[in-house]
Amino acid sequence: MLPTNTHILFHEFDYHAPTTLYEATELLAQYGDSARPIAGGTDLLVQMKMERRQPAHVISLARVNALQGIALNGDLTIGATTSIRDLHQYLTSKLQPPFASLQSLGEACNGFSTIQIMRMATLGGNLCNASPASDSAPPLLTFDARVTLKSKTFERVMALEHFFIAPGKTALQADELLTHIRIPRPPHQSASAFIKIARVAADISQVCAAVRLTRDGNLIHDARIALGSVAPTPVRAAAAERELIGQTFSAALAEKIGKRAAQEIQPISDIRATRAYRQHIAAVIVRDALLRAWERTQ
Amino acid sequence: MHKKTIHLTLNGEAREWSVYPNELLLNVLREQEYLTGTKYGCGIGECGACTLHLDGAPTLSCLTLAIACDGADILTIEGLARDGKLDATQQAFLEHSAFQCGFCTSDMIMMTRALLNENAQPSEAQVRDYLRGNLCRCTGYASIVRAALDAAALEKQRAEPSAAS
Repeated sequence: MLPTNTHILFHEFDYHAPTTLYEATELLAQYGDSARPIAGGTDLLVQMKMERRQPAHVISLARVNALQGIALNGDLTIGATTSIRDLHQYLTSKLQPPFASLQSLGEACNGFSTIQIMRMATLGGNLCNASPASDSAPPLLTFDARVTLKSKTFERVMALEHFFIAPGKTALQADELLTHIRIPRPPHQSASAFIKIARVAADISQVCAAVRLTRDGNLIHDARIALGSVAPTPVRAAAAERELIGQTFSAALAEKIGKRAAQEIQPISDIRATRAYRQHIAAVIVRDALLRAWERTQ
Repeated sequence: MHKKTIHLTLNGEAREWSVYPNELLLNVLREQEYLTGTKYGCGIGECGACTLHLDGAPTLSCLTLAIACDGADILTIEGLARDGKLDATQQAFLEHSAFQCGFCTSDMIMMTRALLNENAQPSEAQVRDYLRGNLCRCTGYASIVRAALDAAALEKQRAEPSAAS
């Protein structure tokens, strides 16, 4: 058993508080694997208390202004250290069509743990922690979001889908920082929905699902379905998506696609839920999210 | 690992702390400042017992490095009363006896204070949602929710004394 003292932090480390992106990436280049960036700290400090991570250098991103804030300039660009609460407020108050169709991300932020955690936790932190149960990842996957990864000398952009490798593991190299999350301009006549099942409101999801539908009259022009807590990483349900495209929307179709999506996932049994429960409930919430998103396209 | 000197404001007073990188804000408050109103509950962000206001926002002090608080403005339960007069939230909790063992009281009050700063007239549903990260194991929450709602009314009354009857 690992020690699980959560009162004090035994582990010793050096603390760095860079104020520019260049300084931050320079520190990462210098310390590599022995460093870990910290944003809100709501995941990292718990992992350090439990001695699951023991970085020799902790690099705070709190004072790097270039990583904060949200900008709408063709794409919607979200700085990695934007808090979940700020993102929620932005999404629920400021967006016009077609970006108003990002409802599912607002719903995911609203259901994100507790008010304190929403204030402290950041979007980039939630993605870099790479939990299969991330609430923010499924909506972002349905929006074809891209992430910008920056080292001292290089910058690369990749689809979020390729960013998640395994539980706790991402495509980030030791000297790279996730700087921005970009959501491309959504198609017209699209809408989204997010549903999370958890034991109590503040808990981690047992299953969550996000969908985005684009309509063309009564037909489904395009569809995206993504799920959390059902596989080693947040995942798309690609086969279920394909079966929606070009079809006339109906409640019966939503029911069928929910079941189809549940066949595509690989959930495990753990302390939060069993594999059988997750498979059953995934079908239900994909169906409900489809019905809700379709209604919102009207 | 070296100590670093930081400067901050604690309950309205300037402070200089010398802290190691691995010291948590909660422990510095309790063990160096002897401000024990803020509690240690779970240590992993699930119970809300360590809630205080950091730069005005409700924050879990058990998941905050003290060294990161250079320049911060921190408000704990001990700094809530002004000039010997209880804050409306404290008064309402007292009047409703919104506690049994009292362990969660300071976090519930700090959370209610944060809610009223954002929303002066919250509904019951808004109170329950805002307090969802603060656990109480004795009261069943009913008296806490009543106190939070009444705190909003009390504060309004204090702001407009002529409206009181």
